[in-house]
Amino acid sequence: MGEAEPTVIADRLDIIYKVIAGQGGKGTAATALRRIVKRQDRPTIREVHAVRGVSFTAYKGDAIGVIGRNGSGKSTMLRAIAGLLPPASGAVYTGGRPSLLGVNAAMMNDLTGDRNVVLGCLAMGMSAAEIQRRYDEIVDFSGIGDFIDLPMSTYSSGMAARLKFAIASAKTHDILLVDEALATGDAEFRVRSERKIKELRDQAGTVFLVSHSLDVVQETCNRALWLDAGVLKLDGPVDEVVAAYIKSTRG
Amino acid sequence: MPTAAEQTDAAALARRYGLSKSSVRPPLGAYLHELWSRRQFVVSYAAARTYAMYAGARLGSIWQVLTPLLNAAVYYLAFGVLLGTKNGIDNYVAFLLSGIFVFTFTQRCMTEGSRSLALNLSLIRTLHFPRATLPLAYVLNELNQMLVSLGILFVVVGFTDGPAWRWLLVVPAMLLQVMFNIGITLVFARIGTFVSDITQLLPFVTRTWLYASGIFFSLPAKLHQIDAPGWVVQVLAFNPISAYIDIIRRSLLDEHEPNQLPHAWSIAIVWSFVMLAAGFLYFWQAEDRYGRG
Repeated sequence: MGEAEPTVIADRLDIIYKVIAGQGGKGTAATALRRIVKRQDRPTIREVHAVRGVSFTAYKGDAIGVIGRNGSGKSTMLRAIAGLLPPASGAVYTGGRPSLLGVNAAMMNDLTGDRNVVLGCLAMGMSAAEIQRRYDEIVDFSGIGDFIDLPMSTYSSGMAARLKFAIASAKTHDILLVDEALATGDAEFRVRSERKIKELRDQAGTVFLVSHSLDVVQETCNRALWLDAGVLKLDGPVDEVVAAYIKSTRG
Repeated sequence: MPTAAEQTDAAALARRYGLSKSSVRPPLGAYLHELWSRRQFVVSYAAARTYAMYAGARLGSIWQVLTPLLNAAVYYLAFGVLLGTKNGIDNYVAFLLSGIFVFTFTQRCMTEGSRSLALNLSLIRTLHFPRATLPLAYVLNELNQMLVSLGILFVVVGFTDGPAWRWLLVVPAMLLQVMFNIGITLVFARIGTFVSDITQLLPFVTRTWLYASGIFFSLPAKLHQIDAPGWVVQVLAFNPISAYIDIIRRSLLDEHEPNQLPHAWSIAIVWSFVMLAAGFLYFWQAEDRYGRG
């Protein structure tokens, strides 16, 4: 790999974020003031150490599958690579701006699907003319049909996920991060989105794919990272890593 | 496979291949440029929010007109009729309306803006865009409401005092307040993200501010009535809200001279530029940390 050009370097990456666990009392203005003055966090806020000391280097042309149990820090790590979640210590170096292709992109539920398409594309930095040009393509791909005129609050979760995926995949990317996007929608949409990801991967330099479907990972990736409780357990050729992961889940 | 040497040397390797840190805040100039390129997002987001706000109500956007009118009616009843603070004010309805509308504009920017990032955390963690677009969109929302309120005010003053060329001064006055509001919204957007308790405290802060700003009564007349020393009005005139209210009243009301505050225009101008610059600087300094919440 001496000649290969690195595109993403993670250097002893640590990510800690805060979550609000439960309601924890409404709190009056007086208690709120006391907390601010004493610089205390709300008692119900807990810190989660999601990623611990992860280091790796990804090269141009790599397709890297990220596997591990639920809550092992896979999605969190992708967000850090995308620069959306700042690391507590360590660093991620990237060439170009990585794009996160997730299905949990926030949308405004009171608004109609078509307004969400425009808003999402604008947030990604597309111009109005570009959006106009690609609008039909996005709507067609989502397969939402006439529902595009209805508020997103009326959509089923599968429909919302399809629309979000269609919006996010409308842009071309240098470094592409895909977060379980293949697991959404019905069988027909899954085939279509898998094809779309292959297409995007050909255009992109490097692809990261988070998925619980080991078949998909083995099919689309040449390398895999296995995260366990935030620690990088194994990094290597995809078949080796997947085999080791399967072995550990059986044991 | 990366070797151990590569890992300890990650920064050097990254430099050699021209890679940059993924979460690093851009220089201020580049940031403002990026912000400008997302202006369409700001406008669309604000429009979408306005739409969503009234989508559930049967009367829809009529509430944009009704809300300020009802607000004014309540304050007129409480202060104009029951407490009788209108003594010595020529056109009390216009006096009261202008005060309430100007105050509400800044107050809503502060309270709504303090939640602008927290409510959009999942958007922030999903897409890359300059975070200041969100508080800016909230200011645009409130400006939209303020322009409706100003329309009502023009109608009221037009009927009572009659139109005048002086009204044109409302344009620079509004511009100055918008600059101030952008600054203060950016400040509270950052504070509200990291100290979420501020949203519970803000209503008390703004209510205190409301009573100190001379909205229901004339500050100079009130101070004269309680025999306060002359410097008190000079100090109170530095309150930015009082200044913005006063320049609107100077532009609209006929008999405002006895009630006006000293140096209101100069004070308003200084506050606008200082607050705008300070707000951007303060907000930008935490740009790379908003995703952590």
